Amino acid sequence: MVRFFLLLSHALFALGLYGILTRRNAIGLLLSVELILNAAVLNFVLFGRVFGHVQAQAFALFIIALAACEAVVGLAIVLSLSRNAKTVFADRVDLLKG
Amino acid sequence: MAPVQMMAFGVLAAVVLIGALWVVILKNLFRAALSLGLVLLGVAGLFILLEAEFLAFVQILIYVGAILTLVVFAIMLTARLQTAPEASASRQIVPAAVASLGLFVVLAAATLPLTWPSAPSAEAIPPAALGRQLIGPLALPFEVISLVFVAAIVGAIAVASPRRPQDSSH
Repeated sequence: MVRFFLLLSHALFALGLYGILTRRNAIGLLLSVELILNAAVLNFVLFGRVFGHVQAQAFALFIIALAACEAVVGLAIVLSLSRNAKTVFADRVDLLKG
Repeated sequence: MAPVQMMAFGVLAAVVLIGALWVVILKNLFRAALSLGLVLLGVAGLFILLEAEFLAFVQILIYVGAILTLVVFAIMLTARLQTAPEASASRQIVPAAVASLGLFVVLAAATLPLTWPSAPSAEAIPPAALGRQLIGPLALPFEVISLVFVAAIVGAIAVASPRRPQDSSH
């Protein structure tokens, strides 16, 4: 049972990495980061259940809260970028290039 | 693990994997965000399977309710810029596939030989115990999280608010 859950979270993590490497859209990058964070949360909850540790769920809670913060700040940056640089593609942002 | 639980795990795992695949390969970002919602709901189902009901509700409430709504808002606000004529939707597909597949194989090779307890040895963790942890030993991280929330909200407003005309001179 633990193995199946672990394989699932590995697959989720690998898919998130694939998304980060291939997406050009900044919002798409954020979606892939959410996948990776979910893989981590799944592992925390799984091992908290298997070994009966209470703090695992608390850490999963913290990860979810930090994911919310990360999404808020990331989307604010994307909105500001779409206003100033007129693009949402991460590799087209060259405002700092002289 | 009982057969019915095994079946539920299979269904949820299929939902999560297919949804995650859609998240990374769909060209339409709006559909990708909706399939992220599918993934999050599937993970919430897995939490229920792991007897972490409170976390499942938190996952649905915060992820699907708040973060996903925010993402959909951002996608719609930037809808004009989503389709750049010269830009393809993705890049370096083959190296990325090799890298992520390699990572998966390495992780699986590292964790599969380990032996775990076949059945959960302990009782499921009640939400009351989790609450006692949060006001007891973990009170400081809990408060720091709220500080991070305030910082994130203020920072997001500062970054995303439009500049006033008199500020644009410098």
